[in-house]
Amino acid sequence: MSYTDVWILGEQEDGKVKLVSYELLKRGRALADKRGVKLVAIMLGKQINTEGLQELIHRGADRVIVVESPSLEHFLPEPYVNTFLCLIQRYQPEILIASATTTGRTVMPALAVKCNTGLTADCTDLDIENGTGCLIQTRPAIGGNILATIKTPTCRPEMATVRPHSNKPLPADTTHTGEIIYESIDPNLLKSRVKRLGFKANIEEGGSIQDAEIIIAGGKGFKKSDNFQMIHELAGIFGAAVGASRDAVDLGWATYPHQVGLSGKTVSPKLYIAIAISGSVQHLAGIKTAENIIAINSDPDAQIFQVANYGIAADLFEILPVLIGKLKALKQQKSL
Amino acid sequence: MNIIVPIKQVPETSNVKMDAVTGTMVREGVESIINPLDLYAIEAAIQIRDTQGGMSTVLSMGPPKAELAIKEAIAMGCDTGILLSNKAFAGADTWATSYVISQAIRKLGNFDLILCGERATDGDTGQVGPGIAAWLDIPFATYISAIVEIRPESLIVERMVESGYETLEIALPCLLTVVKELNYPRLPTLRGNLRAKKMILEVWGPTEIDALTENLGLQGSPTRVVKISTPQVARNGEVVQPKDEHEIEIAVDGLINYLQSKEII
Repeated sequence: MSYTDVWILGEQEDGKVKLVSYELLKRGRALADKRGVKLVAIMLGKQINTEGLQELIHRGADRVIVVESPSLEHFLPEPYVNTFLCLIQRYQPEILIASATTTGRTVMPALAVKCNTGLTADCTDLDIENGTGCLIQTRPAIGGNILATIKTPTCRPEMATVRPHSNKPLPADTTHTGEIIYESIDPNLLKSRVKRLGFKANIEEGGSIQDAEIIIAGGKGFKKSDNFQMIHELAGIFGAAVGASRDAVDLGWATYPHQVGLSGKTVSPKLYIAIAISGSVQHLAGIKTAENIIAINSDPDAQIFQVANYGIAADLFEILPVLIGKLKALKQQKSL
Repeated sequence: MNIIVPIKQVPETSNVKMDAVTGTMVREGVESIINPLDLYAIEAAIQIRDTQGGMSTVLSMGPPKAELAIKEAIAMGCDTGILLSNKAFAGADTWATSYVISQAIRKLGNFDLILCGERATDGDTGQVGPGIAAWLDIPFATYISAIVEIRPESLIVERMVESGYETLEIALPCLLTVVKELNYPRLPTLRGNLRAKKMILEVWGPTEIDALTENLGLQGSPTRVVKISTPQVARNGEVVQPKDEHEIEIAVDGLINYLQSKEII
């Protein structure tokens, strides 16, 4: 049997198919069409919402393979790796892509070792090479200073994780058809030496910075913790998540889950507003794929302005009150 | 409890060059540091060793000068270290790197816990930690932000995910990759520096770790870097410098206009 088809590893939470799954389908569709093969979505969970599974087909999948078990309700490395491995051995996909989420970045490296194949992390671009049909994987590396193009010439499947929210899903096409297959797995493969005892959800406005459409981020130019409140106020107006530079986190103005950059989180929002953040290489690498970047910084030579679509070089304490005032007025106008 | 900490020496990321022919990093002339996230793994290893007893061993695969990274970890308080350095290891991707480190760990044997930084700031893959666990077939957990409790047969840990924190119980021996929230890494002490300076580190190559030659280095790596390019980072956006209240009004209006033109507000 030879290797064929493009697979995406979908994700679910509480049985609901997550957005990243649909994003992956758009990437996968383009690859499958170029290779002239099927696009397959793999979903693992306890009990997955069937409308969500149908939507996977409407958004590009030709086939959905589902494995359901109480052991797969939440992500745990061993049952997930074993299940994927079992399916890979059964079907032999040529290409396997997952989202570079905490789940994808955990399961894929272990899976790549078990499959004896290559894996490229956090890709921002995937394509098929003319002639060889090889997967061409492009990713930023070395603090975003370079773009590396990587191939897995001989081992199969070719594996990559893709930066979440770096593309939008295809629009739903209700005329697109496909099959949903429920597979079963040997219960011995579902055993886990890691047990999930509990979960504490982040309670924060606008939610996780990795899922946010808009992020308002602040740096050490805020001078003190109390001033950082302005970031929260602005975020409240936009319904945005709050981000912070490494300095701001180290000073205790925001907690680590809010840290943007290479030692924190990589983000791809529609809008990123960086206030009093100078823009270290590490920080810039974390926001490279943001659609729009706005910077406010008192230093006109700050690095952040190089990546900004619009910048104001002025003191934040002069700009923010005016900005907040105008946005509030605008919001009131709209709701009237 | 015997703890192994695989660390990586990384360049200060601000000024890195790539070899146009091999597509790998040019390490000459660049200042090197311990990968920042590895410091949290080192600190945790020292703390656990201090309360539980046992040995903390640092491993690093790299060029001969990666010895400095190991010595810095020893100066912080780790007990001993081994350098995995050999021409045959050069150019390894994450698959081949995790193979070499896992073979060295097999050779060391008798470990309870492996602690890794979640990712390195140069490669930024986060793949070597889970890869090592897969080679060794031991339980693992990533993005660990707290080690809550150490039990005889297991650990209670917290794992940072997108929407919150999971509490996990993980059977020993196991591997954890850790994030910054875990602790506050200490600085090397004077006494530690002296001890590290005097220590002669063992250097292991393929023979010492019983490695299969076909799994090593660039030749053994499933992936190939085929092209390196410098991304166009500049967006050439407009940057205004308002000087007075009136100009601030205009600047802020400009910002709002931009957002409206992109249909964000």
